[in-house]
Amino acid sequence: MTIIRIALPKGRLLNDTATLLEKAGWRLDGYDTALRNYRIKSEKFPDVKIKVFQEKDIPVQVAIGNYDLGICGLDWVEELSSKYSAYAPVILRDLEYGKGALYVAASRAADINTLEDVKAQADTVHIASEYPNLAEKFALELRLKRFGIYPVWGAAEAYPPDRATLALISGTPEAKEFVNGIRPLASVLSYSARLIANRQSWEQKDLSEILGTLENISLAPTPEAETKTSFYPPTIIIRDATAIRLALPDGHQQKHVVNILNKAGVKMTDYPSATGNRRPGSSLEGANITVIRPQDMPLQVANGNFDLAITGHDWVTDHKAAFPSSPVVELADLKYGWVKIVAVVCNDVPAANLYELRELCRKAETPLRVASEYTNLSDKYARDNQLGMYRIIPTWGATEAFLPEDADLLIENTETGGTIARHNLKIIDTLFESTARFIGAGGSRYRPEKQARIRQLIKLFTDAVAKG
Amino acid sequence: MRIQKCKGTRDLSPQQMAQFRLIESVFRDSCLKWGYREVRTPTLEYLHLFTSTGTLTPGTLGKVYSFLDWDGWSGERVVLRPDGTIPVARMYIDNEDKPATARYFYITNIFIFEPTGKENRERWQCGAEMLGAGNPAADVELITVALETLRSLGLKDIKIKLSHAGIIRALLAGFGLSPEEQGKAFARILDGDSAVISQLKEQKPALVSLLAPLLEMKGANAGFLKNQQAVFTRQLPEFAPALENFIRITELLTATGQKYEIDIASGAGFEYYTGLIFQLYARDIKVGGGGRYDALIPLLGGEDVPASGFALYMDPVMNLIRQYASDEAAGVNIILKKTGAVYGQRAFELANRLHAVGLRASLFSGQTPPANGCQVEVAESFKVTGPGLTAPRPAASIEAVLELLGSKQ
Repeated sequence: MTIIRIALPKGRLLNDTATLLEKAGWRLDGYDTALRNYRIKSEKFPDVKIKVFQEKDIPVQVAIGNYDLGICGLDWVEELSSKYSAYAPVILRDLEYGKGALYVAASRAADINTLEDVKAQADTVHIASEYPNLAEKFALELRLKRFGIYPVWGAAEAYPPDRATLALISGTPEAKEFVNGIRPLASVLSYSARLIANRQSWEQKDLSEILGTLENISLAPTPEAETKTSFYPPTIIIRDATAIRLALPDGHQQKHVVNILNKAGVKMTDYPSATGNRRPGSSLEGANITVIRPQDMPLQVANGNFDLAITGHDWVTDHKAAFPSSPVVELADLKYGWVKIVAVVCNDVPAANLYELRELCRKAETPLRVASEYTNLSDKYARDNQLGMYRIIPTWGATEAFLPEDADLLIENTETGGTIARHNLKIIDTLFESTARFIGAGGSRYRPEKQARIRQLIKLFTDAVAKG
Repeated sequence: MRIQKCKGTRDLSPQQMAQFRLIESVFRDSCLKWGYREVRTPTLEYLHLFTSTGTLTPGTLGKVYSFLDWDGWSGERVVLRPDGTIPVARMYIDNEDKPATARYFYITNIFIFEPTGKENRERWQCGAEMLGAGNPAADVELITVALETLRSLGLKDIKIKLSHAGIIRALLAGFGLSPEEQGKAFARILDGDSAVISQLKEQKPALVSLLAPLLEMKGANAGFLKNQQAVFTRQLPEFAPALENFIRITELLTATGQKYEIDIASGAGFEYYTGLIFQLYARDIKVGGGGRYDALIPLLGGEDVPASGFALYMDPVMNLIRQYASDEAAGVNIILKKTGAVYGQRAFELANRLHAVGLRASLFSGQTPPANGCQVEVAESFKVTGPGLTAPRPAASIEAVLELLGSKQ
């Protein structure tokens, strides 16, 4: 009997997808926001293997043939297909929920009102986006003479106008304005949830029983989420050449940073921000603060967009694996966010350590699949340790659910190892330990006055950390 | 696990390399005779070299092999050269002491992704460019060099198709299409897309009536173009300069005894070009093409320098040539019959002496030598066998071996 595999989304599409599949009579067990298990059982289709992924992972998983069917937004399908057309999944149906649009957006503070203004830019046009392939496609189609893409993990709207000319970002349909005075110049894609299939499965497997249940089912249109039109005071771009451009992290790191800033006697306004403001104010004189994803900070310091930033040693290491001669240096250990970066396999893999894994790879008939958020670091690890023929599978979180069916080895971070043990996995190697770091650019990039300010700020932070 | 060759790549066997080198050497000879000088540009270039000109279509640029270099944190991508001409134009601009007219040629590989993996993603070509000359004689010279190469290689049924980007542009500009839309519209017109044609008909009926004779008919000499000139230029004066240029080129080609076919439709993919476009065929297989690209050097930030060039495609030419420079010329096989440094030393010395007089000589120690050619066995003394020798002949010294071979080779 051929096994059918289906990938379902977690996150923004989960509720609507659960409702749809309930209507279709799948009777799924545990596909809800609590999501205690990534492997879901269907009473109607007990033999079908259903697994839950980050939405962004689904087109990749379907394209490479790990799953026959999947549900995810058209935006992520296009992000994959625009670059790898030969592997493009087949789009079977528009499910008509989870609607949104991708926009090319610029800042109100910049003198860019149309795409023609973008084309007229004399300098390199930088585009920040979570959708780097679509951003590149946009740049080529607009025939930009010189462009650079900043692939970011998030917060692309934080970049224009001073760190990038444009952001390619997603918003609600008909969005008029984003946070921080970012407004759309053009819509590049309207999307909604789609049912997709692996090309080969579609051609060779009988999926009709499953597809039949979805044929005439649709969701009552849900009232569209209110467009974010909150207006912000115009972004103040500090043009003072001696001002320090400081990047602070968003997400769960914020509480630690606030703690350090408090000890240093620095007062912040609107950080963390309830409204998604990415340009908070502070009592730090001559500092221009932007809030971005910690994962993106090493690259943004290397390219000169920021002077100082706070990120994990893990992300610095990943960055250095891609760009060994990067000017990024670690200036201070902020001593929070301790994790260790480990190599993980399934408990039943007959390898207790890296050496034994290498021996297994030597005899293997298929390439080793390495899943990780740290793609550069993992690539270097597999290369340096001669893990034979291997493939890196980029993931966007929940990586432990990939083993064993969708990957053979994980490069993951862990605090206690609890999650790893719970998923019936084991650690075979510890790569290094990581904590949050204050980072900057080495060499003599700055004038003396600015250099002095930077030194002052580093001291402020290190003294605050030393207070414990 | 079996290690496989990368998809879309090919290996060239010794026999194929002999064909490859033959094409190279014939092409080099033709170019050198006409005063072209060989250049070589790097395999890696910045992506923006190819985006900055706007002459490569988004479709082509979407298939380049580009990546972030190890120091590419600025987001600036590098690319495996997808085109032979643009790097040469860049080099021409970079080079400070250049002649008024630079004639360059190159043999290079270009890289373009091809989704099935059945076609080559790495393609070799022989290219020639003339930078700094804008007259019809330059275009005719390039065609002549290309044809000379193909004929010297013994290719049969060689055909040239001529088109003119100036005429195509004048036509499409007449419909009010932007430069970006022109390429797509022309491709659709050539595909016989009736929607685009009827849409154009509404806009400019006079122009559409011109489309048919221009695109469908084939001309064999300048007379064809002169007829067009007589009919159109009064009502459509914007065609006059391009048509005049095209007529002068074709007249000169005819005067040099060259046959050709005027086929405006063969100018598909004209975006690169500004003037003449030519395609070369042998036995109806496309083996090369080229044309005039006067806008390229200014677009790259150089001076207003006219230029034209062509490329011959290595793969189809290799498939078409029967003869190839034989790699199998018989040599001398030196066979080590005994181990030991003293015998090895004598074998190496013999090989060096034979090489010095221009003979091919290979060593065999424990391997079976090929049956053809002369055999020299090395032990306490030498034993020489070979064509022209009725029986194996002993030789006491290297001098004696040379004498035996020398008299018999």
